[in-house]
Amino acid sequence: MGERSADEKKALRAALAVGFATAAYGISFGALATVSGLDIWQTCFLSLVMFTGGSQFALIGVLASGGLAAGGAAVTSAALLGTRNVFYSIRMAPIIGPGFFRRAAAAQLTIDESVAVASAQSSLPAQRYGFWVTGIVIYLGWNLTTLIGALIGDLLGDVSAYGLDAAAAAAFLGLLWPRLKERQTQAVAVGAAVVATLLTPWLMPGLPVIVAAVVAIVIGGFNLFARKGTTA
Amino acid sequence: MTTWQIVILASIVCLALKTVGYLVPPRAFEHPTVARTANLLTAALLAALIAVQTLGAGQSIQVDARLPAVAVAAVLYALRVPFVVVVIAAAAVAAPIRAVT
Repeated sequence: MGERSADEKKALRAALAVGFATAAYGISFGALATVSGLDIWQTCFLSLVMFTGGSQFALIGVLASGGLAAGGAAVTSAALLGTRNVFYSIRMAPIIGPGFFRRAAAAQLTIDESVAVASAQSSLPAQRYGFWVTGIVIYLGWNLTTLIGALIGDLLGDVSAYGLDAAAAAAFLGLLWPRLKERQTQAVAVGAAVVATLLTPWLMPGLPVIVAAVVAIVIGGFNLFARKGTTA
Repeated sequence: MTTWQIVILASIVCLALKTVGYLVPPRAFEHPTVARTANLLTAALLAALIAVQTLGAGQSIQVDARLPAVAVAAVLYALRVPFVVVVIAAAAVAAPIRAVT
């Protein structure tokens, strides 16, 4: 490979910084997954194949509260959280370019972080480079740390004594926090939390989370709580 | 469903969603309402999961050590403390409270 352009070096630095930060989530995910009833293989399978943190956390969160009976709700929650990747893949398709294998690999690496790093670059080569480097660094780091976390979680045994159930809620909060900049998003978050809490005594575990998604559809559909002059 | 079936099914669905944008022409998703709602959907689900994880106990509401732990986590995120430190801190708040209650 020849000299990297200044743009590409900037993309590389961003990729490594984001990659190492995200790898730390992997430990939490691995530990919490084994705690919610998955074995080490199932935990690693999620990180290898599903490979989208929000959906992975959602799946184990619903399984932890509802057990196998909430399986349908767990799959639905993971899928709903994964819908944002549809929009990421649409945005990335022209950057990645044609080719079946290249697109298949890119699809697997299409996550919050790789799209964010790519979108932050100004030239097309740097965008492409940023996407691949970030995606690959995170894929390797996330899977390695998931395994480490799963082994730790497996050793711990009874988790509520260590406060790990509270740690799971704190982990979700960490995923939500950076999204709370807009007033509309804040309104959706508060509304969804209230709806899910109020419905918990009335519905099967897992379902309140899915019904709470309606709050996003209502507020997004009618564009409520948006700042004046912004439509998107 | 068995745990494996749940894990495999959810993984295939999520992987398929990532593939959509590379296969279909983007027209169908260009409407701003669709894009906006998809963004908000993520926030709604995460917020609902936080609520259930903090207050839910099967099919009932239970206030216990998890609530102060999540409150501490919120304060730490506001102070820009790194993710891993916050998660450990939340566990460290919940564990002793649970031991004495």
